Amino acid sequence: MSDTKPRLSHGALFSGFFHAGIIGFGGVLPFARRIIVEERKWLSQAEFNDLFALCQFMPGANIVNFAFAFGARHRGVTGAAAAVFGLLGAPIFIVLVLGGLYARFGGLAPVQHMLGGLAAAASGLVIATACKIAWPVMRGVAPIAVAVASFALVILLHLSLPLTMLAVLPVSLALAWRA
Amino acid sequence: MTPLLTLAELFGKLSLLAVGGVNSTLPAIAHEVVEQRHWMTARQFSQLFAIAQSAPGPNMLVCVLIGARVAGILGGVVAGLAMVLPAGVLVMLVSGVWQRFQQARWRRVVQAAILPITAGLVLAAAAVLVKASDTSVLLALVSVVSAVLNLRTRLHPLWLLAGGAALGFFLA
Repeated sequence: MSDTKPRLSHGALFSGFFHAGIIGFGGVLPFARRIIVEERKWLSQAEFNDLFALCQFMPGANIVNFAFAFGARHRGVTGAAAAVFGLLGAPIFIVLVLGGLYARFGGLAPVQHMLGGLAAAASGLVIATACKIAWPVMRGVAPIAVAVASFALVILLHLSLPLTMLAVLPVSLALAWRA
Repeated sequence: MTPLLTLAELFGKLSLLAVGGVNSTLPAIAHEVVEQRHWMTARQFSQLFAIAQSAPGPNMLVCVLIGARVAGILGGVVAGLAMVLPAGVLVMLVSGVWQRFQQARWRRVVQAAILPITAGLVLAAAAVLVKASDTSVLLALVSVVSAVLNLRTRLHPLWLLAGGAALGFFLA
């Protein structure tokens, strides 16, 4: 981010991310991009992409990481807190209400039928997400091998996630370094 | 250990292992909450995931739902915070360094190394969810159609979720 841009207030950080979170159905990223880049012009497209690349590259929920990093750049730890609470406050409240309804009515037969269909559609969306991530990876033998190995270690060998990472990350790093 | 501490430990650990996003930890979450701890059935897990998908906000919300099921509202909040805090603190620490190394080769190498792992793990997440949710031919068809429509059209995902729920309601 360039130094010429003014520091955003806690209120602005909270409201920008609140807005993105509350309308962010099916993934917050496109909404956050629109609000931060197009509507409020807090970052250029290139700056947004660079910061988002960091958040994808680091572990954790990408858009939540983005709120942490962006908030911290403007107002330190309290800025990060303002952005993250803005982003998560309302959605957490909403899912807690939905979770309460599920606990109360989830066992009823018509509700179960509906949720069965909903879950099947949601699984389909994850298949699509996986395809979108996997597609650009399928450009060489080494990345395909790493993707297949990660899948197989988790699904076929039931290896825990820490052990899977321990096994595939060094190999993938070495392959990427040589490429 | 109290349920709150258990939730904090479980999701705090997964937070730092969520390469490329929360979806890559779904197989690990399913394994922990269904097979190891018997907090819910695989079917219930897939339904909680679907409810989280239907709500606005980031996809870490499934952790909030799991936490709330185990230990009430406080459990939901603890699970959600545990899933975002460790990674968030790390990203704040690294963000300064990140800009300085914009052109560095290692940055591109690490990005290139992480992408195929994410791809494999999200495919694994899809496999876990499909196995848990597609208990009939009709439901499997719903998954396939929802995946294809999401890849091939610009239809909003909410329509696909609503369509799946309606089909389940009327046809199951």
